[in-house]
Amino acid sequence: MVEGYVQIAIFFAVVLAVVKPLGIYMARVFQGERVFLTPVLGPVERGAYRLFRVRPKEEGQDWKQYAKSLVVFSLLFWIALYLILRTQGLDPWNPQGFHSAPWDVSFNTTSSFLTNTNWQYYGGEVTLSYFAQMFGLAVQNFVSAAVGIAVLAALIRGIAARSGRSLGNFWGDLVRIILYLLLPVAIIAALVLASQGVIQNLSDYSVIHTLQGGTQVLGQGPVASQEAIKLFGTNGGGFFNVNSSFPFENPSGFTNVVEMFLILSIPASLTYTYGRMVGSQRQGWAIFSAMAILLVAGTVVAYMAEQHGTPAQHLAGLHTHAMSGSTGGNMEGKEQRFGIASSSVFTAVTTATSTGAVNSAFESLTGIGGAVPFVNLGFSEVVFGGVGAGLYSMLLYAILAVFIGGLMVGRTPEYLGKKIGAREIKLVALGVLVTPFTALLSAGLAAATPAGTRSLYAGFSPQGFSENLYAYLSQANNNGSAWAGYTGFVQPHGPGNVGAHGISFADLLGGLVLVGARFLPILFVLAIAGALAGKKVSPAGLGTMRTDNPTFVFLLLGIIVLVGALTFFPAILLGPVAQGLSGRVF
Amino acid sequence: MRGLGKDLRTGLIAVVAMTIVLGLGYPLAITGLSQVFFHGAANGSLVKFDGKVVGSRLIGQEFKGKAFFHSRPSATEYSGDATFFANVGPNSKEGREEVRENLAAYVRENRPWDKALTKDGVPVDAVTNSASGVDPQISEANAQIQAHRVAGVRGLPLGEVESMVDDAVEGRGLGVFGEPGVNVLELNIALEEKAPLK
Repeated sequence: MVEGYVQIAIFFAVVLAVVKPLGIYMARVFQGERVFLTPVLGPVERGAYRLFRVRPKEEGQDWKQYAKSLVVFSLLFWIALYLILRTQGLDPWNPQGFHSAPWDVSFNTTSSFLTNTNWQYYGGEVTLSYFAQMFGLAVQNFVSAAVGIAVLAALIRGIAARSGRSLGNFWGDLVRIILYLLLPVAIIAALVLASQGVIQNLSDYSVIHTLQGGTQVLGQGPVASQEAIKLFGTNGGGFFNVNSSFPFENPSGFTNVVEMFLILSIPASLTYTYGRMVGSQRQGWAIFSAMAILLVAGTVVAYMAEQHGTPAQHLAGLHTHAMSGSTGGNMEGKEQRFGIASSSVFTAVTTATSTGAVNSAFESLTGIGGAVPFVNLGFSEVVFGGVGAGLYSMLLYAILAVFIGGLMVGRTPEYLGKKIGAREIKLVALGVLVTPFTALLSAGLAAATPAGTRSLYAGFSPQGFSENLYAYLSQANNNGSAWAGYTGFVQPHGPGNVGAHGISFADLLGGLVLVGARFLPILFVLAIAGALAGKKVSPAGLGTMRTDNPTFVFLLLGIIVLVGALTFFPAILLGPVAQGLSGRVF
Repeated sequence: MRGLGKDLRTGLIAVVAMTIVLGLGYPLAITGLSQVFFHGAANGSLVKFDGKVVGSRLIGQEFKGKAFFHSRPSATEYSGDATFFANVGPNSKEGREEVRENLAAYVRENRPWDKALTKDGVPVDAVTNSASGVDPQISEANAQIQAHRVAGVRGLPLGEVESMVDDAVEGRGLGVFGEPGVNVLELNIALEEKAPLK
């Protein structure tokens, strides 16, 4: 296991190394300052503003205006994406002649990609044309990521504001985030991946006559361009059904570490951006530490559990220990080139960050290894979390921690010099609770109704319970990974996807959960940003509770674990933990 | 609502402009560059035998018979265009039966050529489904066991097949990341080149 821990340690060290430079870069992008790409991209940026007829520097928006622009923009894009998915038969670059997925599945997919979730009831290579993947989904991989980051930028401005009510300009944020951050990195990453064997073409699927004279059809398509932004924007929607475990998406141990690095780099670096914009790096590092502790703990637990193997394997007489030339462990649903260690890190990282790409099969994880994704999602994606979304959710927890800490010592709670009043704390409570509430309510509804249980693969067992709970937990947290047996779309693999039909209940419930659990918290966060922006800063005194020291980090951890545990502990016990504690099969 | 018209207009322009730039400009530019600079990799890393394309270096395929190295079990019959996970749970009865059968079959198949082989010596990857269904690799331990059988059937010295296995090992990424594995298709092509069956 030493090699395993070494690669885990090196990976986290590399991520740590990028936090400061990328954090500074993003702060400059958010603040409209010059960066090294300005000479090249400045004219493009100004051209975009002229085209959009906006003047971001002059047109600061209060929280309501900011929210309105965001909602209008998202709504328009929802309609556009739905139309693209539904007119697939008319559009070009469809070598397999796929029909559009039915309306209910398209409703779910549209909501899923718009909300940075990328929950997929469909298998990409048997459902979508190259056109729909590029022109529909990949665009959302950029845009939904940019929206999440923009909301965070607005919140930080609200916290840092010394006067006035402006949170910045939504259109300006959108343009700068895509132009200076997402697009340049995506281009480089896509080329790196393509050089390593991630395919990038518009060819027909290839029909291969194999070495032994059989036939194998290989899916093709513009994968690298989508793979890069799928990870960098913490989206996670695979071009292929089996996502980043498919060799054409993730061909080697090297591309795997590149992909994990892409996932974590923005969420980790944003903590530094935050520290810089509020004028105290220690604040950023405090948040970073809380996140890092939870992520590393989850990774180690997953690795140890997966290395142990499963009851089914042990009862079958299989020895899962390491031997010369084999790592052993639970290799069911894992790829040899990643092995136990790299699969476990990927699992922890993708669920902590709200990405949802997978390089192994979650449904085949061990009980305790499988509990790690559940717990990460149970923390409402604040352990780094989705781009922007993770940190803005974490800051809600930070304000909550300040409030509870303030109650304990009997002081008026304040965060970075801003007094936290009744209105703010109400909004924070709503923002924190909306995701768990949505997740549990929808999972309960699906579990308790015949229409819901049609989607189960493992039936009425702890495994089936896990499938159902995880499906709604994942959609409510905008993560997108799955216990993949759970289905909302039956695809018989007929030519052109003939005979496929959706399971409307799962599709519609999921779609509503996706949209609600994304946009309600965004509105609460912007409202908090607006409330904080207008507040005067009071100087820190002796009685001020510090939010940049280890005490606060532990308080924050306590609050996160408490809220997560109180909300989800019973449910997680019934699923993965019950499986992990049992040595039996059922 | 005040300013709604302006937001709608800006929003529409933004939706169209971003869709064109990010949905056509970006992927087509990457396609063009990849086709020029990484032609083989961008088109599926296809490999040839006897002048004909016989598969992708990255996509595992099914091998039957005693004279070939076998890929890991696949739930998808090694499909390269309709993938799905096996979704075998950790406490699944079917999973236990599947592993039990795979284990017995593996020992039965290889034992005649590797007398020391018992159930305890079978590496995990040999009897469990891969994630993608088309894992191109097997573990080194798995390949070394199968080398006995392949060498025996093809009438090659064991040492020679073992060194071919070593040649087909693909190491960790940058020497650190992931696990080493043996590329089954490339190993079988090398075998066919060295000692063709017919």
